[in-house]
Amino acid sequence: MEVLHITTSGSVDDGKSTLIGRLLYDTQSIPQDKMDALHAASKRKGLDFTDLSLLTDGLVAEREQGITIDVAHIYFSTPNRKYIIADTPGHIEYTRNMVTGASTAQVSLILIDARKGIVEQTYRHFFIAALLRIPYLVVCVNKMDLVEYNEARFNQIVEDFQQMVASASFQAPSIKFIPISSLYGENVAGRSEKINWYQGESLLEYLEQITFDHADSTHPARFPVQSVIRPMTREFHDFRGFAGKVASGHFNVGDEIISLPSQQKSKIKTIEQFEAQLSTARARESVVITLEDEIDTSRGSMLSKTDNVPPLLKEITAQVCWMDQQKLVPGKAYLLQHGINRVKAKVQQINHVIDVTNNKIVEDKKELGLNDIGKITLKTAQPIFADSYHLNPANGAFILVDEFSNATVAVGFVE
Amino acid sequence: MTNKIQWEFPQALEDEAIYILRETAAQFEKPAILFSGGKDSITLVRLAQKAFYPGKVPFPLLHIDTGHNFPETIEFRDWLVEKLGLELIVRNVQDSINQGKVQEETGKYASRNALQTVTLLDSIEELKYDACMGGARRDEEKARAKERIFSVRDEFGQWNAKMQRPELFDMLNGKIHLGENVRVFPISNWTELDVWNYIRRENLRIPSIYFSHEREIIERDGMYWPTSPFLNTSEDEKPFLHKVRFRTVGDMTCTAAVASEADKLEDIIAEIMEAKISERGARIDDKRSEAAMEKRKQAGYF
Repeated sequence: MEVLHITTSGSVDDGKSTLIGRLLYDTQSIPQDKMDALHAASKRKGLDFTDLSLLTDGLVAEREQGITIDVAHIYFSTPNRKYIIADTPGHIEYTRNMVTGASTAQVSLILIDARKGIVEQTYRHFFIAALLRIPYLVVCVNKMDLVEYNEARFNQIVEDFQQMVASASFQAPSIKFIPISSLYGENVAGRSEKINWYQGESLLEYLEQITFDHADSTHPARFPVQSVIRPMTREFHDFRGFAGKVASGHFNVGDEIISLPSQQKSKIKTIEQFEAQLSTARARESVVITLEDEIDTSRGSMLSKTDNVPPLLKEITAQVCWMDQQKLVPGKAYLLQHGINRVKAKVQQINHVIDVTNNKIVEDKKELGLNDIGKITLKTAQPIFADSYHLNPANGAFILVDEFSNATVAVGFVE
Repeated sequence: MTNKIQWEFPQALEDEAIYILRETAAQFEKPAILFSGGKDSITLVRLAQKAFYPGKVPFPLLHIDTGHNFPETIEFRDWLVEKLGLELIVRNVQDSINQGKVQEETGKYASRNALQTVTLLDSIEELKYDACMGGARRDEEKARAKERIFSVRDEFGQWNAKMQRPELFDMLNGKIHLGENVRVFPISNWTELDVWNYIRRENLRIPSIYFSHEREIIERDGMYWPTSPFLNTSEDEKPFLHKVRFRTVGDMTCTAAVASEADKLEDIIAEIMEAKISERGARIDDKRSEAAMEKRKQAGYF
């Protein structure tokens, strides 16, 4: 059974929470006691309808202010697959939360209020989806009920959106436009009779048919080593296995591999998953790999196939999103964590800062503060084994950790 | 469309949890599994067993014993520890009471649920654990839906919801200052159904109270409460026998039973698929207020 990760983002009034509530409701994912609690809480707030946003806004401060502050995770499933929604706030001051929610997503869901059309937030959301190269983009034109289910209005918004995509010079992902009314459930789970001019799938129908390449055949094989397993028991006296989760591509028993940074070569002897012996380890699978030879490999090492070895980088140019109150300090040493591997790094320079509402460079701005996105050059103390994010996202991202506060201060995408 | 029963366990969830357990072992000096004897912590133990195989589970189990546990849970705990050759450390809420650090609640809703936070925090300090793994899941409760996988707690065990570290991709940052510790939630992304399907797939043994059995109960606030020496009852709350089971296992004073005939895993899963009441709906401790869980988490609860 597959898991599909979706990220949604938006403001209080665009009906996002209602849409999520609708998806949960229509897939029978809200138990009766939660519905009852929702009715009661809505009533206490003096509302004459059931406020489905109360389902997702989990913190007291959020409920008080009627806003989403943090990423919330929402779960539902169909007989076909399990869905995980990372629901994030859409305001500019929460850009870091949007990036966080988007980092694990295969689908980005963008909501547009049919009355308002494309707004600044639409662009920011699109920018982040494009920056993170989320493969599927679903644009829901919501509140169609408030524009009398007007086809021309929908077409106009589609055209505006496509114009925005064209002018953004991004590699366009697969984009699907759906006219919906989340309040009335039109085109959410089932097809709408009111929107009979639209012949395509409803939102849920569309999500259900999205497919993935599970062998991950297009990406190079990368295996970051989390730990070395050496039981030294009577039964497994000479056992020496490398535990990790395949980042991308796949490995077969018998494959010739190279270990970085030692650059020593060997062959895969076994691939193990608890008591089972596998012939292949695919992307995102947690396994233990044993090798034919004793080579220098430990936590932080990376195994790859010898025909496609990642570069050893010490100078890195990357797009970063800054996530901390304290601004980036050029020249200060940070810890760079690439996957599980940590090295010291210094920011050499801030090349530029991007305005995420139009994808243009902000003139005269050379500093990165909370929620800013820009391009920087870094130098690391030891090489990291990263691919370009656009070639292999699973091995092309890193975080920066402040050595004094221990906070995660930035996420970076290797150019 | 969802009336069909879903038996299949999403394998990606196990791969993710094993990755998190391995990161915990690698990034911390002294991690422990918080073990309650419930299905979620049983799942966690299974995952730990698989993550380090053929090596041993590299951390002990810590059980905060309120003294109000179901005897079946304790019996099961001891059996599991023995069978898998694990290290078990038990700390008692009764000791915290004797030391005068906490006071027993009074009244008909008295429970030791809130008291165990103090015992837990004291144990973490005493045993110098820098990471404690728990079986909490984000689908259980709306404050938990906001929790990180590596959740940093300050010296007083407090959770600061507004100052959480962003978690990007699968990169986990477990760096902390001396005195701080981290709560780790490897099965954050699992739902109740996922846990049951996993238990079924892995053929795991669980405490008998999860299955339908005849038990003496009272009815209070529309729920079935198990009678025990720890539950304060009034005279008009007459005990009676009923076929019930427990969906979640906490203390005998704060876990309600549900009427059920389900005596096999398959029946339990079918029942959950059709259930109209959510899992924590039977947790009396959550019902104290809308923000009951958030408040307890801020204070250092799981």
